[in-house]
Amino acid sequence: MNYNWNWMVFWEMAPDGVHTYMGTLIQGLYWTVGVSIVAWCIALLVGGIVGVFGTTGNAWVERFCAGYVELFRNVPLLVQMFLWYFVFPEVVPARLGEFIKTADPAWSTFWTAAVCLGLFTSSRIAVQIQAGIRALPAGQPMAATALGLTRPQVYRYVLLPLTVRMILPPMASEALNLIKNSSVAFTIGLLEITGAARSMQEFTFQIFESFAAATVLYVAINIVVVLLMRYLEKRLSVPGFIGQPR
Amino acid sequence: MHGFDFEIIIRTAPYLFTVGLMFTLKLTVLSTIGAIILGTLLAIMRLSSNRAVSAVAGGYVNLMRALPLILIIFWFYFLVPYIVGWLTQAGRPIAVGGFTSALITFTLFEAAYFCEIVRAGIQSVPRGQLDAGYAIGLSFRQVMSYVVLPQAFRKMTPLLLTQVIVIFQDTSLVYVLSLTDFLGAANNVAQRDGRLVEMFVFAAVVYFLISYAASRSVKMLERRSNAAGA
Repeated sequence: MNYNWNWMVFWEMAPDGVHTYMGTLIQGLYWTVGVSIVAWCIALLVGGIVGVFGTTGNAWVERFCAGYVELFRNVPLLVQMFLWYFVFPEVVPARLGEFIKTADPAWSTFWTAAVCLGLFTSSRIAVQIQAGIRALPAGQPMAATALGLTRPQVYRYVLLPLTVRMILPPMASEALNLIKNSSVAFTIGLLEITGAARSMQEFTFQIFESFAAATVLYVAINIVVVLLMRYLEKRLSVPGFIGQPR
Repeated sequence: MHGFDFEIIIRTAPYLFTVGLMFTLKLTVLSTIGAIILGTLLAIMRLSSNRAVSAVAGGYVNLMRALPLILIIFWFYFLVPYIVGWLTQAGRPIAVGGFTSALITFTLFEAAYFCEIVRAGIQSVPRGQLDAGYAIGLSFRQVMSYVVLPQAFRKMTPLLLTQVIVIFQDTSLVYVLSLTDFLGAANNVAQRDGRLVEMFVFAAVVYFLISYAASRSVKMLERRSNAAGA
């Protein structure tokens, strides 16, 4: 087949006149990692709150938390991205909308993507935390209450420390999903890895080299996250459960 | 915001549903069928005692699961014409339509996810079932298709259906190829008439209603089959 391979293309100058194509891909890597980290913090915070309040026993609060989860799980991520990017600035008070629309486009897409990915992921984390708390033996909160701990203390000192350590494996796969999902931010113009590879492909016509580079970068990130999580799991796993390293 | 224009939704609804949603549903159903068949084959390969066979299947599944769907969509969009050209000895890339390309992509990509579901399903079948099948003289193929897979599929039906809802939502990503799925159709109208707020909110509502109804049905089905099995 007559496809002209040219692996040297990575050292050619990109249209921005500053970086080589290799440089733009590395920049893409930074954007992917950056947006994923910010989104992960948002997801942990919001998902943690929604997850905890989803188990408090108050029917209305639990219903609200369930509704939150359903809302974010049943709308495709790409549609959510468009809602945050195109619709959100139109429906908020005019001054805030104007501020978003006139901000530096690279950063406004970054924050939009981070919030969108963060809230999307938070609904998944909330589900994991709820399932983790419910999976604990009922004797745990009872014993804690019998000791005289208040409700917040039961969660703070007994339920959450156990839950967090037990749901690490599903959290690891949520983190990997988040990194993969960050590629959707390319549709609103964030030049993360997929976006950088796509623009390189459009300028150079070296289709397979561009996407091969993106593939290598994603696989590398995956390996790093898997190793990191494996280390955390080893450090934090709860003694006495199956899967505990001896 | 200058008032929500419901009229444009009513006016464009026939286009959105008959062209857009039709494309989305067709892609969802066909790629689900393809992905379940391929995923089952991959799962059997992964559980094979032949090291090389299980390594090939495992490598494929892990690679697919490590990459974002958008990147895979781009890969296959450009790769498939070359493969078709090579298979037909044409000596040049053969253009395949956008729908075909998307269908191939989703089948190959989602097969990796179905493989993991089916593998867990097969592993949940007691080993004695397999041995009993062999003991009465069934071949590997017969044991799989008459004994193991029927039990495995019954156990994993809720997971399979949940994955179908995921595929339904994922098909919106064909937007990056400018295809006219439901979101693509909504986007066409939004860009043409400058009605982004209305169209994207409407798209979100429709996706939500379909996914929510589907996931509620899966939950009900699960509860009923649990009750029946108990």
